[in-house]
Amino acid sequence: MTGHTVTDTPHDHPAAARGTAGVPASARRRVLSGVAVIVTGLVCALAWGLGAHAGDAVLRLSAVGDGSPILQIRVPGRQAGLVLGAVITLLGAWQLARGFSRRAMRAVSAVVVGCFVLAFLCWAGTGQPGTPVSVFGLLQQSIFAAIPLILGALAGILCERSGVINVAIEGQMLTGAFTAALAATMAQHAGAGIVLALLAGGLMGLLLAVFAIRYAVNQIVLGVVLNLFALGLTSFGFDLLMQRDPDAYNNPSVLAPLKIPLLGDIPLLGPLLFDANILVYITYVLIIGVQVSLFHTRWGLRTRAVGEHPKAADSVGVKVRATRYRNVILGGLVAGLGGAFLSIGAVGAFGAGMSNGKGFIALAAVIFGRWSPRGAVGAALLFGFADALQTLSSAITMPVTIPSAFLSMLPYLVTFLAVAGLVGHVRAPAAGGVPYMKG
Amino acid sequence: MSGRTGPGRRVLDALVRADSVVMTSLSLLCALAVGAVLIVLADQPTRTAMGYFLSSPGDTFTLGWHAVWSGYAALFEGAVFNPGNSGMAVFEPLSNTLLNATPLILGGLAVGTAFRAGLFNIGVQGQLIMGAICAGYVGFAFRLPPVVGLLAALLAGVAGGAVWGGIAGWLRARTGAHEVISTIMMNYLALYLLSYLLGVPGFQAPGSNQAISREVSDTARLPQILGPDLRLHAGLVIAILAAVACWWLLSRSTLGFSLRTIGANPSAARTAGMNVERGYVTVMLISGGLAGLVGCSQVLGTNHALTGDIDAGLGFQAITVALLGRASAGGAVLAGLLFGAFGAGDVVMVANTGVPADVVSVIEAVVVLFIAAPALIRSIFRLPESRGGAAGVGQFAKGWNG
Repeated sequence: MTGHTVTDTPHDHPAAARGTAGVPASARRRVLSGVAVIVTGLVCALAWGLGAHAGDAVLRLSAVGDGSPILQIRVPGRQAGLVLGAVITLLGAWQLARGFSRRAMRAVSAVVVGCFVLAFLCWAGTGQPGTPVSVFGLLQQSIFAAIPLILGALAGILCERSGVINVAIEGQMLTGAFTAALAATMAQHAGAGIVLALLAGGLMGLLLAVFAIRYAVNQIVLGVVLNLFALGLTSFGFDLLMQRDPDAYNNPSVLAPLKIPLLGDIPLLGPLLFDANILVYITYVLIIGVQVSLFHTRWGLRTRAVGEHPKAADSVGVKVRATRYRNVILGGLVAGLGGAFLSIGAVGAFGAGMSNGKGFIALAAVIFGRWSPRGAVGAALLFGFADALQTLSSAITMPVTIPSAFLSMLPYLVTFLAVAGLVGHVRAPAAGGVPYMKG
Repeated sequence: MSGRTGPGRRVLDALVRADSVVMTSLSLLCALAVGAVLIVLADQPTRTAMGYFLSSPGDTFTLGWHAVWSGYAALFEGAVFNPGNSGMAVFEPLSNTLLNATPLILGGLAVGTAFRAGLFNIGVQGQLIMGAICAGYVGFAFRLPPVVGLLAALLAGVAGGAVWGGIAGWLRARTGAHEVISTIMMNYLALYLLSYLLGVPGFQAPGSNQAISREVSDTARLPQILGPDLRLHAGLVIAILAAVACWWLLSRSTLGFSLRTIGANPSAARTAGMNVERGYVTVMLISGGLAGLVGCSQVLGTNHALTGDIDAGLGFQAITVALLGRASAGGAVLAGLLFGAFGAGDVVMVANTGVPADVVSVIEAVVVLFIAAPALIRSIFRLPESRGGAAGVGQFAKGWNG
């Protein structure tokens, strides 16, 4: 029975979670997860181990052509798959027999996923002997794919921590992407694109705020409708302007990467993290900014209070509605930035419906990351990694060709599994989705 | 409403109390006004006239009015009646409207039924794709006699959609995975599965290098009901029957009562001895099955072959239909007809006036936005506050905490 009951008050949950953190999970769960891990290990050994071609896979860890020494590892693909599969199977067997504590299980899951992916890469590498599989490229692409998800998730957190559910991230991002491409082309300046994308996202946020706070519209319904509204509006603009005259309206240049002087020279990490475009750096700042201010400033405390128990917050003089307006609009701004990354930060053009579910994946990252910026960034990186794995897999020659449609499913599948398997144990801000009526 | 009052009095009452019909009409009016703004913006002569607005403001208004008028006139001609037509072609706009309305009614019922049990099924897109895949496959892979072939294909389509919806319901019941996220992700999974299948020999049309499936055999097609010249098919009959069934289910059956109770207050339903978890699974099976019928209507009736675009935005339009219809069966039929008319008129409007097709999708979203915020409509038209009448759609879907 996992359905919520009336006794699920906000106050007994964190305590309960803390209390069970060190205790082994229930027997049924233990057996189920143990079997699942063992099956994963066997699949890993059979598919990636025995399925590999004979010979070595070459994994490259360094960037190409930046003067740094080339770092490559040669791994015998078949043996690697078998060993990694065995490690996973052993972990599963231990879980089945003795059981890890809940906290340890989190680390174990990470190890299992890591081993599985590594075995996959070794398997894939044996399909193109001699040609390296770029692990560096994979990581770089993961971060690149995660940036819009992180921005979307931060937008979601800003809104939802103050008690307004934001399902409209998708639409806010789409509007931001459209405006960024349009403004950057017309003004011939990327900065104009970024600023107007912020404003467009903020306007969408304002719309969400007015309908959710003033008119008390159901927030999930509202979010979905606003997504449709944004899709219609941007497709309208796309048809009207961009498709008829792409050079005049949809030809922004992609934001150029800026290398940060000292940090950018660190081997591996430098090119990975500090040689990117301005939006990536803004994202870094926002992650830290939101994390710190949400948990260590007066604004953050008030935001959380309004999201958990607006009446109590109101009774001590916090302006509930004003706080919510501010946060929802702020969230819109951030989501607009995420949209700008999609068009002028990554592709260099707007396409109708280009957000393609990323707003919803960002929403899943919010939930998966338990409404904390740190957790959401982790989740976004995971989903970004799935996206990058898909890009990588379609670029290399593998022992068995996996149809590209299945590879394209990967980010959605990972998101689906993450939410399906784990969301039952998380708790949203208590006042999320409930309009605040004074009196 | 008491039985004694005359019709005139009732209309007056309705206006004063601003009941759902009045609110819907006013929302539609507002949305058409928003659409008019977009049409004006899209009209090249009007934009040129705006350039010299200060020297001759009359031009802008004249041209703008002309653009809006010709746009909405084309919409009407495409959807209802075109004076230029003669013979059977007189009925063509209406046939197109009903043809477009068929999947919308079914989709609206799918979303609306789930709404009543407190679930927000935004996975109609995926469910209809799975339904279309199954129905289409049965339709072209097996040579079955007439009637049997059609029934088998329909059954397969319903099953395909129901399974896809049921998974989301089961996850919600078992793990608490919110259906808004899981169904969206399952939409993409279905979409990519379809795009994979459309390249598989045996599924793909033989001799074609395009992403299109084999054609559904004659015996599995939904028959055309207004003669060979008009494209309207028996899917409409299925949609009407489904609407009646949904009405009966929700307002007359025990199951419907328990589903509505779960939707209104799951804790109370549990206390009353209802199995909330089973309710979630059941309603998602029903909702998915209805979405599967959308797929059937498209692949067995309208197109006869699967393409990557079999959904054509229907999955999300279904949500607006359900919201406009206030999650009731009758409402879904009326809203489906309205949006079906928009869809049919849209084609003619785009062809005749060059207005981008998406004006209609903006209008649809805005209608629902206004519907969902009755207080906004009241303040625009200075109507008195409601006394608890005209419930919005707000009470249905809940937040993350269920």
